[in-house]
Amino acid sequence: MKTIVVIGNGMVGYKFCEKFVTKEGHENYKIIVFGEEPRPAYDRVHLSEFFENQDAKALEMAPRSWYEENNIQLITDTRITDIHRGKKTITSVSEEEFPYDYLVLATGSSAFVPPIKGVEKEGVFVYRTIEDLERMLSYAAKIKENNPNARAAVLGGGLLGLEAGKAVMDMGLEPHIVEFASKLMPRQLDLRSSQVLQLKLESIGLNIHLSKATNQILGDDGFITGMEFGEDDKLDVEMLIISAGIRPRDELGKTCDLEMGVRGGIVVNNKMQTSDQNIFAIGEVALYNHMIYGLVAPGYDMAEIAASQILGQSDVLMPDEIDMSTKLKLIGVDVASFGEPFMPASKGHSIIFENKTQHLYKRINVSLDGKSLLGGILVGDAADYNMLHQIYLNGMAIPEDPAQLILPASEGGASFGDVSDLPDEAQVCSCESVTKGQICSVIENGDATDVAGVVSCTKAGTGCGGCKPMVTDLTNSTLKALGIEVKEGVCEHFDLSRQDLYKIIQVKGYTNFNEVLDNHGNGGHGCELCKPLVASLMATINADTANKEYAIQDSNDRFLANIQRNGTYSVVPRVPGGEITPDKLIALGQIAKKYDLYTKVTGGVRIDLFGATLQQLPLIWKELISHGFESGHAYGKSLRTVKTCVGSTWCRYGMDESVSFGIELENRYRGIRAPHKIKGGVSGCIRECAEARGKDFGLIAVEGGWNLYLGGNGGANPRHAELFAEQIDNETVIKYLDRYLMFYMRTAKPLQRTAAWQERLEGGLDYLKEVIIEDKLGIAEDLDNEMQTLVNKFECEWTQAVNDPEMMKRFNHFINSDEEDDNLVFIPMREQKMPKAW
Amino acid sequence: MDSILENYKTVQVKSVKVWFKVASVNDFPTDGGACVKYKDKQIAVYNFKRTNSWYACQNLCPHKLEMVLSRGMIGDQGGIPKVACPMHKKTFSLETGENLNGDLGAIATYPVKIENNIVYIGFSE
Ligand code: SRM
Ligand SMILES: Cc1cc2nc3c(=O)[nH]c(=O)nc-3n(C[C@H](O)[C@H](O)[C@H](O)COP(=O)(O)OP(=O)(O)OC[C@H]3O[C@@H](n4cnc5c(N)ncnc54)[C@H](O)[C@@H]3O)c2cc1C
Ligand code: SF4
Ligand code: FES
Repeated sequence: MKTIVVIGNGMVGYKFCEKFVTKEGHENYKIIVFGEEPRPAYDRVHLSEFFENQDAKALEMAPRSWYEENNIQLITDTRITDIHRGKKTITSVSEEEFPYDYLVLATGSSAFVPPIKGVEKEGVFVYRTIEDLERMLSYAAKIKENNPNARAAVLGGGLLGLEAGKAVMDMGLEPHIVEFASKLMPRQLDLRSSQVLQLKLESIGLNIHLSKATNQILGDDGFITGMEFGEDDKLDVEMLIISAGIRPRDELGKTCDLEMGVRGGIVVNNKMQTSDQNIFAIGEVALYNHMIYGLVAPGYDMAEIAASQILGQSDVLMPDEIDMSTKLKLIGVDVASFGEPFMPASKGHSIIFENKTQHLYKRINVSLDGKSLLGGILVGDAADYNMLHQIYLNGMAIPEDPAQLILPASEGGASFGDVSDLPDEAQVCSCESVTKGQICSVIENGDATDVAGVVSCTKAGTGCGGCKPMVTDLTNSTLKALGIEVKEGVCEHFDLSRQDLYKIIQVKGYTNFNEVLDNHGNGGHGCELCKPLVASLMATINADTANKEYAIQDSNDRFLANIQRNGTYSVVPRVPGGEITPDKLIALGQIAKKYDLYTKVTGGVRIDLFGATLQQLPLIWKELISHGFESGHAYGKSLRTVKTCVGSTWCRYGMDESVSFGIELENRYRGIRAPHKIKGGVSGCIRECAEARGKDFGLIAVEGGWNLYLGGNGGANPRHAELFAEQIDNETVIKYLDRYLMFYMRTAKPLQRTAAWQERLEGGLDYLKEVIIEDKLGIAEDLDNEMQTLVNKFECEWTQAVNDPEMMKRFNHFINSDEEDDNLVFIPMREQKMPKAW
Repeated sequence: MDSILENYKTVQVKSVKVWFKVASVNDFPTDGGACVKYKDKQIAVYNFKRTNSWYACQNLCPHKLEMVLSRGMIGDQGGIPKVACPMHKKTFSLETGENLNGDLGAIATYPVKIENNIVYIGFSE
């Protein structure tokens, strides 16, 4: 048995182990891994998530038990200090000696700290390890105690610097970015895109200082107080994070005389071998083609090559050209660059689309003959990245007018590029090197029958996750091509679609979950997917409230309130149309005060009271109900609000009484349960102050009646509602809306908003008009009656609950004690309170 | 922060020292859960009426360390009884405590017995 010693248990060192143990012949080798950090390898790429939850375990690449299960000896908290190439051993910091047959150096890199005067002061940090983050957090907490408005700067406006800027924001400090170059992300972005990015970042509160060379770090008593750029050019800061590049941790290579790069890094060939053929170097310490690759994907490729080489597969070699394309979400802003992002005019043409008001920039570089894509940059919206990257990587043909690749798709026009056009060798998941061919073949030979199966067979999508949408499309199109029906079953317990279940429950007249499960399920006991779905269908078909069978309701419906970050709840009474009397406002204020609830006006123009414990919910609601309030169903997949503008009641431009009509509609549809939430809007004129076109249904008063718009959406994929009918009267609006909503409730998929449903409806808006206006399916009367039944049977579920002692029992934190949850901690904020951060 | 997690360790039937009397079977929701207080611990207890089985586990979700698991929906995955956390729907086996849809650490589970229609949970201390 031969021994492989891996020095460095970072992302790439770990990946080497993972790859090695799945390969044939690995049983003949013993692996010992040394890591200097106290814990097993973790996901450095997502290091910033540590600020959100301080959960180091969640970042682990694999738990310690994984190493044991795979017979890998993992020794953490131990730095290796020497390599003795002659006798093929290494020694650790505690002078222990270990022999090796093969040595793999995966020591990564460290943050480069430029030799500026004063960098040694307290309050200056680098951003590389979990320990760095822990130190920053405790320092930030300390300075914030003295000065709640404390500032922190990041030195370096590159990719990592901007991540660090986000971290500074998350720590509640005023963020400043100081960059030496005249633009942000100088390696990835051209000047214009970097200006667009800068505008966007400034709009969310980042202060950016370009073309600044830092002369010294100022401070008293050894603590940083500021940075000095020129004589009169200073920035007061109490903390500094240095992010000025990386330096390979190549010290072991130097001391044992391996061939080194002029500016550092251990030189490797395309087998990942160093100048000693038994010693390999991979990841950020390896200098390949005169380059250190500061990204994880090339590191993973190197791990693959080294593992294969050691196992004797001598033909597995590193390609000459390494793809450095990247896509990231920086502080919520998409940024991507691929291929050659900047290109001299002599090599090709650039097509640029820029919209500064929306912080959007797209550039693609096309060869002189207009036939191939050479590279590009996307800022603000990188939805097209996956497809463009594939076109670039695979040298696929591009449209005659390449602008089509980046221009917003015109309505109805098909967007260019479909996954099925990709060649088999196209790499869909670059983190795990999974090709299109591999994905298709696990489906074709029956190993996987859905997306989850493909992910577990191929590991595609388990890295950064950016390729998930593509993997899903590819899976579905492959299944379809094989003539396999894409599984519509709602979960493992039912092979039926929501629409099938709807019909079955309606026809058979089922009234509880177990009946449906026993008669139509697959023999299991239900889960968090099918239970709330059946609950929703029962509510639509039988007009049940969520009190009827509360254990199958989604947790928010079960307690008739939205669960918040710390396990407390929010209380949102209905305020139809946003109209509220002063007395009711006062009542809300008094109740909020009495129960010490955080109070806020919501984006749905009503008032949300946060921080109620389970026990308090019924008490609060009792008081609200006595003041004439009722449930606002903010927790349900049901009607939320109908937002109105003040309309002709007060407004000098108003064409109709938008408030009165909004209230009528909100009261009509309150309480109905649907596949997803429903929102409405009513505006008194085309100035559209109620944002009605951003809602599931919207009305705008015009000369001669209302214009009715359907299928709008805010959220992650905003979409304007489409004009369905013009100049219709109130009665017709209600008739159309009844039918529209009922038809949606009958046929949509689980958790599909009207916008997504309408978009995928075959025949589109014209078909909807045929069904709703012309009654082509002959169901209009049924739809009318079903909706009218729901409207007639409405009951406020909170009133039901507080009047029934049996139902009230549900709202106790403990079943065997009246005490409250003792785990709750609130902290003060702007004269109110909030939950302690995760 | 992790210390609160340390408070919960799986108890096997053979190491039970105290059978803590909780409440009557009828106080529990059918096919749902409730939370029990035992000393400084919060334990989620579930009544699987469909299979006539009972399970107990820590009320603390290891994802964000909130005391919420008793309020989650229950069901099964391939026959394994499980609970879905109401916060972000991480699911846990109620037999082994294992996280079924992710790689969070396992949650602690506790034995439950029913005698004369009364629910008891087993603790080792
Ligand atoms: C409270 C509120 C934010 C605020 O402080 O203003 C809010 C808070 C939440 N929103 Fe919202 N949304 C609120 C207005 C909106 C709006 C604005 C509006 O209604 O005009 C939108 C965009 C319009 C739209 O829905 O199309 C909005 C789009 C979303 C989405 C994205 C929906 C989509 O189709 O993509 C989600 C996620 C989801 O539902 O799956 C969401 C989900 C949530 C959840 C339920 C997240 C969660 O699961 O905990 C938040 C719960 C709050 C609570 O406990 O009450 N919220 N949310 C607003 C409550 C309005 C109300 O009075 O009921
Ligand atoms: C905040 C941040 C965000 C990032 N974001 C991205 C991104 O979005 N996309 C991307 O592709 N890349 C990103 N990266 C870069 C990515 O993390 C690295 O490319 C990757 O971690 C390199 O892996 P590695 O194993 O070579 O080095 P490392 O992960 O640094 O691991 C090396 C390990 O070896 C240990 N070690 C060093 N010397 C010794 C010794 N003598 N004895 C024992 N142990 C030793 C170190 O302590 C360390 O644990 C990011 C990096 C950071 C810090
Ligand atoms: S946008 Fe909505 S879902 Fe997101 S944090 Fe704000 S309230 Fe929550
Ligand atoms: S807190 Fe339980 S899943 Fe997030």
